[in-house]
Amino acid sequence: MNRLEALFSKKKQNILSIYYTAGYPALNDTLRIAEELEAAGADLLEIGFPYSDPVADGPVIQGSSKIALDNGMNLKLLFEQLKDLRSRVNIPVLLMGYVNPMLQFGVENFCRACKEVGVDGCIVPDLPMAEYERHYKTLFGSYDLCNIFLITPQTSEERIRKIDSLSRGFIYLLSSSATTGKNLDVSEDTEAYFSRIQSMNLKNPLMIGFGIHDRHTFKKTAAYASGAIIGSAFVKNIGEGKPVSDFIASITGT
Amino acid sequence: MQHNHKNMNYFVDEQGYYGDFGGAYIPEMLYPNVEELRANYLKIIADPGFRAEFDQLLKDYVGRPSPLYRAGRLSERYGANIFLKREDLNHTGAHKINNTIGQILMAERLGKKRIIAETGAGQHGVATATVCALRGLECVVYMGEIDIQRQAPNVARMKMLGAKVVPATSGSKTLKDATNEAMRDWINNPVDTHYIIGSVVGPHPYPDMVARFQSVISAETKKQLLEQTGSALPDFVLACVGGGSNAIGMFYHFLDDTAVKLVAVEAAGKGVRSGYSAATTLLGQEGVLHGSRSILMQTEDGQVVEPHSVSAGLDYPGIGPQHAHLFKTGRGEYVSITDEESLQAGLLLTQMEGIIPAIESAHALAYLEKMDLKTGQSVVVCLSGRGDKDMETYMKYFGL
Repeated sequence: MNRLEALFSKKKQNILSIYYTAGYPALNDTLRIAEELEAAGADLLEIGFPYSDPVADGPVIQGSSKIALDNGMNLKLLFEQLKDLRSRVNIPVLLMGYVNPMLQFGVENFCRACKEVGVDGCIVPDLPMAEYERHYKTLFGSYDLCNIFLITPQTSEERIRKIDSLSRGFIYLLSSSATTGKNLDVSEDTEAYFSRIQSMNLKNPLMIGFGIHDRHTFKKTAAYASGAIIGSAFVKNIGEGKPVSDFIASITGT
Repeated sequence: MQHNHKNMNYFVDEQGYYGDFGGAYIPEMLYPNVEELRANYLKIIADPGFRAEFDQLLKDYVGRPSPLYRAGRLSERYGANIFLKREDLNHTGAHKINNTIGQILMAERLGKKRIIAETGAGQHGVATATVCALRGLECVVYMGEIDIQRQAPNVARMKMLGAKVVPATSGSKTLKDATNEAMRDWINNPVDTHYIIGSVVGPHPYPDMVARFQSVISAETKKQLLEQTGSALPDFVLACVGGGSNAIGMFYHFLDDTAVKLVAVEAAGKGVRSGYSAATTLLGQEGVLHGSRSILMQTEDGQVVEPHSVSAGLDYPGIGPQHAHLFKTGRGEYVSITDEESLQAGLLLTQMEGIIPAIESAHALAYLEKMDLKTGQSVVVCLSGRGDKDMETYMKYFGL
């Protein structure tokens, strides 16, 4: 059981996961933000490694990725920055990004580096399930990494079952089919969709993400899962130079 | 479009791969749409009703078959028989419409109400807006902000055809970014929208579907060549490659005729080593862009590099996965031509044959200068588009 699985076995609700882009707003902010997030009460971190063509992302994360790349961020540098991760941060950490930078770095090199610095898994939206199963599942397993899959309102029940069988850690439930950062309005349809997935009794815990931007949407979505994920709203805040702790307090109400 | 190949090596396999290339590297949000297309496209294409409608529109609306013209003065110059496959004479001025006709009929059969597309120079955008007007479907075209400025007449054509042209303001604000924006639109509209990709790129089944629609080019060429020369097989077939749709269409029915040499001409821009080039096979490495594994221009860190070519249609950092496979297996020869060489070739064709070619197609023509042709050999060049859209570039370069 790695740190991620340990988190879900001891905490069953209101898990707060925060996404932010490595190397943003300044190149060396990556670890500082991780520490501040843990101190402020985040349960789980998703650190984005930037890519030039992030098709699943809206304007906020596109913008942070571009600035991070302009700052000189890349995977090699990120793993150097994360060398001290485990002497400074205890909560589980995932890396999130697109498949091409990972392929150029070498998928096995990537897995090995994750293991060495204490990263617990990754989220790679454009790495398809079939490809993962065929080529990378064994590799991820041998480095004790969790690979997190997404599901959307359009994902069929059969496919959700298959994703559940391949998943470790949790399943990332998208609040709607959308790019990141579109403010969510939790409608009756959305709640019906969350209930439908909840009632499938999957073996993996669920985390809901995309469009969650304040205390209200966090509470509302987290009620249907183990917790929820906030990305663009947090990235926007740190981009404006606002304190990490204030943002987390505004979500958790502490 | 129909084929029964004894040797399937150069075509897509059941998993959506061409050797090491292809696949569908898409986020889960796109899976239902792409899967719906994958599960249905072959059935739809094989349906006699679809075929009849497609063939009739190509004939009566596009003006096919396009002529295969033996260019007399060029043949004399090069000491061989030079044939031009006149895709420039199609309605809307390029080969692009072969694909958009096929895809609009596909979208209708899938019950889609809204069409999106990306465009660089605007030729694919115009071809998409045209078929949407023809069938009365809503049309949104994504186009880089810089390309919108460079290609004002095509923007006006799309608007007049009733399309909404949305500027892509991210990244380099050109074709690659327009493609990103179109994919984002599709993610946000997962039910009623069909994405008409303009080249043999994107996730499986797009490269194969677009290739089948464009394969009419080589099917006609074989027949015409047989009629005109008594042999269906030329010595060489030449076509320019950006994403590679006219080239795949031109190569398609020759792929298993290994005696025919297939030459794909990429844009060297200001020179392959100048830092301003789009010669993907020379400068690229294997990777994933826009949903498929192929060869693309990228940094060591896997960030996609901005290409350069004087021709907007070749200004793309990748090539279709089938091209990557033809390159890697050696079935195709991939060469490159600079901006300057292509413009000179455009002028040469204009003055020797009275045909002003698109600068994209002029890249293929320019390679004739570099070939060591022998008497009696025959070459087919795909003249993929006409040069009207490029007059400003020609005027500037030649001081007309």
